[in-house]
Amino acid sequence: MSGSTPTAVPVVETRGLGKVYAEGSEAEVVALKDVDLRIAHGEFVAIVGPSGSGKSTLMNMIGCLDTPSSGTYLCDGVDVATLDAEGRAALRRDKIGFVFQGFNLLPRMSALDNVAMPLSYARVPPAERRRRAAEVLESVGLGARMHHRPTELSGGQQQRVAIARALIHRAPILMADEPTGALDSKTGQDILALFDALRREGHTIVLITHDAEVAAHADRTCTMRDGLLHESAAVPHAGATEVRS
Amino acid sequence: MSAPVQGGMSIGEVARTALFALRGNWLRSALTSLGVIIGIAAVIVMVSVGQGTQQEIDRLVSGLGSQRLDINPGARRGMGGARMSAGNFYTLTEDDVDAIRREVPTVQYVSGELRGGTQVVYAESNWSASWRGVDADWFAINGWEIAQGEAFDSRAYTSGAKVVLLGETVRRQLFGEESGIGESVRLGRVPFTVVGILASKGQGGWGQDQDDLVVVPLQTARRRLSGSSGLPPGAVMQVSVGVADAGALSTTQAEIEALLRQRHKIQPGEEDDFSVRNLAEIVSARTQTTQLMSWLLGAVAGISLIVGGIGIMNIMLVSVTERIREIGLRMAVGAGPRDIRRQFLAEALLISLIGGVVGIALGIIGALVVGKIGTLPIALNAQVIGLAAGFSIATGLFFGYYPASKAARLDPIEALRQQ
Repeated sequence: MSGSTPTAVPVVETRGLGKVYAEGSEAEVVALKDVDLRIAHGEFVAIVGPSGSGKSTLMNMIGCLDTPSSGTYLCDGVDVATLDAEGRAALRRDKIGFVFQGFNLLPRMSALDNVAMPLSYARVPPAERRRRAAEVLESVGLGARMHHRPTELSGGQQQRVAIARALIHRAPILMADEPTGALDSKTGQDILALFDALRREGHTIVLITHDAEVAAHADRTCTMRDGLLHESAAVPHAGATEVRS
Repeated sequence: MSAPVQGGMSIGEVARTALFALRGNWLRSALTSLGVIIGIAAVIVMVSVGQGTQQEIDRLVSGLGSQRLDINPGARRGMGGARMSAGNFYTLTEDDVDAIRREVPTVQYVSGELRGGTQVVYAESNWSASWRGVDADWFAINGWEIAQGEAFDSRAYTSGAKVVLLGETVRRQLFGEESGIGESVRLGRVPFTVVGILASKGQGGWGQDQDDLVVVPLQTARRRLSGSSGLPPGAVMQVSVGVADAGALSTTQAEIEALLRQRHKIQPGEEDDFSVRNLAEIVSARTQTTQLMSWLLGAVAGISLIVGGIGIMNIMLVSVTERIREIGLRMAVGAGPRDIRRQFLAEALLISLIGGVVGIALGIIGALVVGKIGTLPIALNAQVIGLAAGFSIATGLFFGYYPASKAARLDPIEALRQQ
C-alpha cells in the first residue's frame, strides 16, 4: 500500500466486486456482479437504480458495513477484506460519515450530543467533542438549536443534525442513503443545496438515490441494474448552482 | 490521513453512557436490581453471623474455655440419644470431686455443683431466679468475681451457713439502688444473709442473662435448697475442672476419665456413667445451630442472586431488542463489537452494583438487628462488605455477558433495517 502518494490513491476503489447472498442454496441472490468503481477525492458521485438493483448492497460495501464475496475494495487505500469486524468498525469511524433516509438520531440526546457521539469511539475528550460538535452544527446552520432534542426539530433540521454527525470526524467519505427521501421537496432542495456546498468545500460525497433529479446534483452518476454498474457522464444541472447559504 | 485508532471508548465514557441509558428507564432498572438487593443483603447477614460465631468460638477456646472441663452424670451420647435409666442419673458425688482434686495433678481447680430454681424474696419484692450450690473453686473456673461485699469464707463451705451471693440482676430486682449486703432474703422459705454481689457478666453467648442467679455454698444448697428433690447423699449435678495449662487439657481429660471409671467400677468395654466434655466440644455443638442458619441464609442469598441475575439478563435482552437501531447506528459511526459489548455489560454491571450498594446497606441494618434482637453474635467488617460487593459485580458480569455479546454480534446492516 503506497500511502506516500495520497492524491494518486482514489478514496474509493473497487475491482471486480461481487456479492452473493445465500450462496449455493435455492435462495441464492447475486446482488453485485463484477463492479469496478473509482471515486477520487472531492468527487460527488450519485448511485441510482431501482430497488433490488443492488445499490443498497453497494452502499453497504462502500460503507464498510459488509464484506464482498469476490473482488477487492480499497477504502482510502485500505483493503477491507483484510479486516475483522473490529477493524471495519475503526475504518468506518475514521473514513465514513453516514447520512440515512430516516436520520437515525438518538431521541434522548440533544442535537449536540448526537453529533458528538461518534467521537466518543475515538477517545476524543468530552469538552473537545462538544466544541467540535457545536462548530459543525454551526456550519450546517443549526447553531441556535443545538440543545434541542430531535423530537423538537423539523425533518429538515433533523437531517442537518445527521449530516453534522457525519461530518464530525472529518471522514474522507460522506455516504448519503436517500437523504431527501423522508423530506418534502422544498426541504429536500435545502438539504441538496447543503450537499452542493459540502462538495465545493472539497468533501467526497457518495449519494444513493432512486430519484434522477436528486442524482443530477452529482458530478457523475452511476446506475445499478441487476447487480451491474453502468457509468454515465455528468450532466450539468441548474440546481447545483443555486446554493442557499 | 489518520491511521485507525484502536481502543474505542474509555472506561469513564462507558460508565457515563451506561448511566445515561439506565436513567432513561430508572424504574425498570430499580425493579431489576431488587433480586440483587435481597441476595446481597442475605450475603451480608449470613457472613456477619457466621464470622461472629467463629470469633466467639475462637475467643472461648483461646481463653478460659481451653482450660476447662465439665463432667456430667450419665453416659455421653450423640444428639437425641435418650438412653438413660433413672437409677444412674446422679452418678457423680463429692467423693469423686475430692478424688479428682487429690489424684489428678494437672487439675488446678475443681468444684461440684448443685442447681435449681427458686423464688428470692425480700420484703415485698419477689424474683424468680436460678440458684447454684458450689465449692470455692467454682468462682475461678467460671470467671466470677465479687463486685461488692465478700466471697464465702472457708467456714461457710463446711458449716452449711445460710449465706448467699446475688447476681446483679437479682440484686437490682430486689434492692434497686441499694447493695443489699447484710440484708436477709428468703430463698423459698429459708432465710439467707446476703454477703456479696457478683460482678455483672451481662448476656451470655446464647443471649441469656447470666446475672440472673444466686450462689450459695454447696453444703448449704444440699441441706436447705435441694432437700426435697430426691438427690442421693453426696451427689452433685456437675463437676467443673480448671486446668492450669491449656496444653494439658486432653491428658487431664483422659486421667479424669480413667479415675472415674476405676472409682465407679466400670469394666473395660462397658459404657461410662458420666461424660467429660471440654468447652470446645460444647461450642462446636452450638455452632451446628448457627451453621444451619448460615446455610439457610446462604441458600436465600444464592437463590436471590440467581433470580436477580436472570432478571438482569432478561431486562438486558429486552433492552438489546428495543435499542437494536441504536446499536446499528453506533456500529455505523464506528463502534466496534467490543464497544457495544462493553456498553451493555456496563449497564448490567451498573444495575447489579446499584443493587449491591442498596443490598449492603440493608444487610448491615439486618445484621445489626439480628445482633440486637436475636441471640447471635455478629461481626461486620470491610471483608464482609468487600465480599458482598464482589458477589454483586460477579452477578452483573455473569448474567450481563450473554445479552452484551448478543448485541455485539449484531450485523449493523440488519440492525439498521429494524424498525
